[in-house]
Amino acid sequence: MGFFLEVLAGGLLAGVMYSLVAIGFVLIYKASGVFNFAQGAMVLFAALTFVSLLERGVPFWLSFVITLLAMVALALLIERAVLRPLVNRPPITLFMATLGLSYVIEGAAQALWGAQVHGLDLGIKDEPFEFAGLLLSQFDLFAAATAAVLVTTLSLLFSKTRIGLSLRAVADDPLAALAIGIRLQRIWAVVWAVAGFVGLVAGLLWGARLGVQFSLSLIVLKALPVLIIGGFTSIGGAIVGGLIIGASEKLAEVYIGPLIGGGIENWFPYVLALLFLLVRPAGLFGERAIERV
Amino acid sequence: MPGTPILQLERIEVIYDQVILAVRGISLAVPQGGIVALLGANGAGKSTTLKAISSLVRAERGEVVQGRILFDGTDITHANPAKLAESGLVQVLEGRHCFGHLSVEENLKTGGFVRRPSRADLSASLEKIYHYFPRLKTRRHSLAGYTSGGEQQMVAIGRALMAKPRLILLDEPSMGLAPQIVEEIFEIVRDLNQREGVSFLLAEQNATVALRHASYGYVIENGVVATEGTASELAGSDALQASYLGGKTVASLVAA
Repeated sequence: MGFFLEVLAGGLLAGVMYSLVAIGFVLIYKASGVFNFAQGAMVLFAALTFVSLLERGVPFWLSFVITLLAMVALALLIERAVLRPLVNRPPITLFMATLGLSYVIEGAAQALWGAQVHGLDLGIKDEPFEFAGLLLSQFDLFAAATAAVLVTTLSLLFSKTRIGLSLRAVADDPLAALAIGIRLQRIWAVVWAVAGFVGLVAGLLWGARLGVQFSLSLIVLKALPVLIIGGFTSIGGAIVGGLIIGASEKLAEVYIGPLIGGGIENWFPYVLALLFLLVRPAGLFGERAIERV
Repeated sequence: MPGTPILQLERIEVIYDQVILAVRGISLAVPQGGIVALLGANGAGKSTTLKAISSLVRAERGEVVQGRILFDGTDITHANPAKLAESGLVQVLEGRHCFGHLSVEENLKTGGFVRRPSRADLSASLEKIYHYFPRLKTRRHSLAGYTSGGEQQMVAIGRALMAKPRLILLDEPSMGLAPQIVEEIFEIVRDLNQREGVSFLLAEQNATVALRHASYGYVIENGVVATEGTASELAGSDALQASYLGGKTVASLVAA
């Protein structure tokens, strides 16, 4: 039992790391209906910029602020150069554009900072410690706390501020939002900037765990099953989806893995996501269209 | 018509997707403080005309290619929709288009943001809307998507009013609503017109109701103004019936 709980807790905490990536997708998808394939590239860009500044002797917080400004600048640029010319195009067109965008961002990040692997030390030890009889990773706990702060901040932003309310209005009905004078371009720029910030947080945590390197942008693929399970339009869903993926892949690896030769952690989430697609295509918390009968 | 009309269309043409000519040279005017009805069957070009005025037509890949639109004497043919809302011209879309996942009160608030009001100003405007639509106050915390059709129409109008507009373009307010609700909504429109001085250009298929509340009307057919006149003239004319029921077109009736 103790072992089971330990695997479960470890899995749940690891899942939070997936949620952090998924939240970036949800923000953009909600506000503009775009599945932003470039989110992974943004994570890489943020992490690479941060670590390169750090290595050049810039202090931690200053590097953080500069990287954040870079992400905001990137968001403004994307709105101007990609989203605005493609306004009112079908979603698939925008998706293709973000696919291209991901290559541009990855390329730019590496052209700017080089392609070597960087180590990133956030000063949090990635070693287990004992809590209530369970061995837990200190780093994972830190990641979970960060995610909690992030989600609280975002939900306050969405429910309490004018920009947040406008953002939800745009997500609901862009034409009506336009009709009452909400500036869609400004909202998109804000959303991409916030997604850039989330990408920065995810990039730091993932970078500290895996090293800052090109493959960081591939974590988009891990976010996909999280989104399918949690729903593309719910931040809470992204958290729950991440937890489910994290817990189930670890439990599957430990308990089902040995029966079929192991190594199932890598593909198990996709199978789980497929099953969800059959049963609940909108995900657990995805907004289905409200229809009155 | 005394003074400059608040709205004036001069032979505008609207094209969708660079090929479909939906409006073929419509001219009309709304006097300051007036209620003008835009009548016609489904697909005649009423909605397109309204969207051309509010510039929303561009969000649907349409474009005004000919003619001019003047709001208070200023050319707004290619203005930005946000700018128009700021300067006091707001459209209430056909089918209401409430933000379904926002509460009634949140819906109303979003309508006021364009003025960048202070917190006190925003809640004062909110109270004013609740004064005109007491029903919305009791439902203020419900998600707009779960309110009735009539309430959604009130939310849509109330939300537009939050911008303190001088002209509201109202598209098919009666659509899908029970007759007594339609009556209630039109009463409020008249009330707003008289007490707040808001002008209205309303597109309606339900000509009988519209002409009872409007002072002047235009009948649109295939993207052109087929006939126009005061509400009482139009209410009694054969032309109106012809335009809805087909058979002889208005143009042929007028020629005869």
